[in-house]
Amino acid sequence: MVKFLKFPKFTKAFRLEERRRFIIGYFFLLPFFVFIATFWIKPLIDSIWLSFNDVKYTFENMRFVGLDNYIKIFTKDIYVPDVIFTTVLYVGTVILINAFYSFIIAFVTTYYIKNEALGTALRLLWLIPRIMPTIVYAVMWLWLIDPEYGPINMFMRFLGLKPPESWLIQRPYSWILMIIVNGFVGASWGMIIYSAAIKSLPLDIIYAAKVDGASEFQILRYIFIPLLKWPILFVTAWQTLSLLSSFGEILAIWGEYAVARAGQVVTWALYAWFKAFYVNDFGYGAALSMVLVVIGIALVLLYFKIFGYRRLTQPSRVEV
Amino acid sequence: MKTRNILKIAIDVYVYGLVVVPLIIPLLGLAWLIAQSFSSKVVIGIIPNGLTLDNFFFLWKPIKFGTKVYPSIWPVVRNSLILCAVLVPTEVIVSSLAGYALSRLRVPGREGIMRFIVFLHAFPGILFLIALLYFLVQIGFYGKGILTLIGVALIKAGLNIPMSTWILKGFFDGIPWDIEWAALVDGATRFQLWRKVMLPIIRPGISAVAILSFLSGWGEWLLAYTFLKDPDVYTLPVLITSLVYEFRFVNWGLLASMSLFYIAPILITYALIQKTLLKLQLVGAVKA
Repeated sequence: MVKFLKFPKFTKAFRLEERRRFIIGYFFLLPFFVFIATFWIKPLIDSIWLSFNDVKYTFENMRFVGLDNYIKIFTKDIYVPDVIFTTVLYVGTVILINAFYSFIIAFVTTYYIKNEALGTALRLLWLIPRIMPTIVYAVMWLWLIDPEYGPINMFMRFLGLKPPESWLIQRPYSWILMIIVNGFVGASWGMIIYSAAIKSLPLDIIYAAKVDGASEFQILRYIFIPLLKWPILFVTAWQTLSLLSSFGEILAIWGEYAVARAGQVVTWALYAWFKAFYVNDFGYGAALSMVLVVIGIALVLLYFKIFGYRRLTQPSRVEV
Repeated sequence: MKTRNILKIAIDVYVYGLVVVPLIIPLLGLAWLIAQSFSSKVVIGIIPNGLTLDNFFFLWKPIKFGTKVYPSIWPVVRNSLILCAVLVPTEVIVSSLAGYALSRLRVPGREGIMRFIVFLHAFPGILFLIALLYFLVQIGFYGKGILTLIGVALIKAGLNIPMSTWILKGFFDGIPWDIEWAALVDGATRFQLWRKVMLPIIRPGISAVAILSFLSGWGEWLLAYTFLKDPDVYTLPVLITSLVYEFRFVNWGLLASMSLFYIAPILITYALIQKTLLKLQLVGAVKA
């Protein structure tokens, strides 16, 4: 009955209005859809298609091979275990910097340091590695770790430690370098989200705690961390996905396939890149990428479920 | 009392150190880059070693190394500018149209589209690199000089658009409706409204997106390095990359000075927009 009362919805005038809205709205959205279709949807479909084909050197002689590429990844490829190990090591360690160390930076620069100008200045300095273009960041690191002139080796010698002959191929030095290089880039993202969240915290809670004699550490432990639970979870989730797929800094610093492999810094995404653009085995590279695409889609859907749409779009919002 | 003070200072030193000490590394790197650019010899530490402008010879002379010659840097600068000149307007126009529709028009399926945008923003588009190469080959843009460059710019725009649409939608959301009603009552069409009323008001949003877009284009390394194989269409980061692999242990001065030349526009832009930078949480735009 109630539904029946809403009948005017189907009158001619209303339908015309609906259609007008539809046309106007999609007139504005058309270019957007064209770009999304071309640079997101089509590549997704093509990636799936390429992964089922044998495509080497050129795209002209494709040969459908079914699941062969996938079977090869999980049964025959002898480098895959190494790659999985590296990926887990990479994501598992850099996330500690990106999601938790960044929290410390935010806590210290927005709350602990009472001088606001100093805190802002420190946060701006922390942004430097992020704003540096990948290749310049790589040049900088190549100098920092230079065996002859680099300050890191000099500092190690000064401390009486024996520096490695090469930071690029000697483990665990190559691992340490990989983690630090990416940690510097990633830390500032969490820092910004957390700082905004901390600034939005109601000050009366903190004052009340202080009046009751709470120490800064207790304030951190019992006020900041519980209240910032969602932002912390958000940054961890978001950065996990972003780390799984990012490899620019590693590629720029290590470059050659052999060097990167000797240093065991080839993560899954980088391995897919090497297979496709270094060995020119596009089909196999696409299959490797597809594994990450599936994980990525699953993770984003999971995040929608955990966070809900509103928390995903307003990560720094804190509900008290 | 005294021991408590000492303890407090010790904690302060420790906490400050936690945040300040790691900063030494990137700051040292940046300081070295500048010092090395103006030094004739290898710089140890950050004190310039033999002041000179010779490292900047690439601005007027060809770069030679072994059999390889890069005749001039200016075509490379031009290529970088072309990339940005295609990327920035494309991204701004497409995302401001879409951002307006999503903020203001009751488009059927609006909620779904917004969820989809958030989905795309979270999803790393770089995983499609191989399929994007396939696309460039299909439309005949790959290995075709300037067309490849335009292709890379369009790809970059496509990957950036979900995020910039989202940002601009936020800016449109912040404008009160009254202005629009007034214009609509006066008989403006939606397009006129967008062009003549809304765009001027959200100019800060447009410039934020344009600046981020420029920075992401100017700094783009992975797409450029992967797709721009022909020296004629090298952009600055690609040229620096090939120099890194060829000159690495030969000429730090050239590497540093060219890097400095390349990042100068970025450093200047960031210095100008630093306040907005921390406020808008937009830095994720350049690197996720």
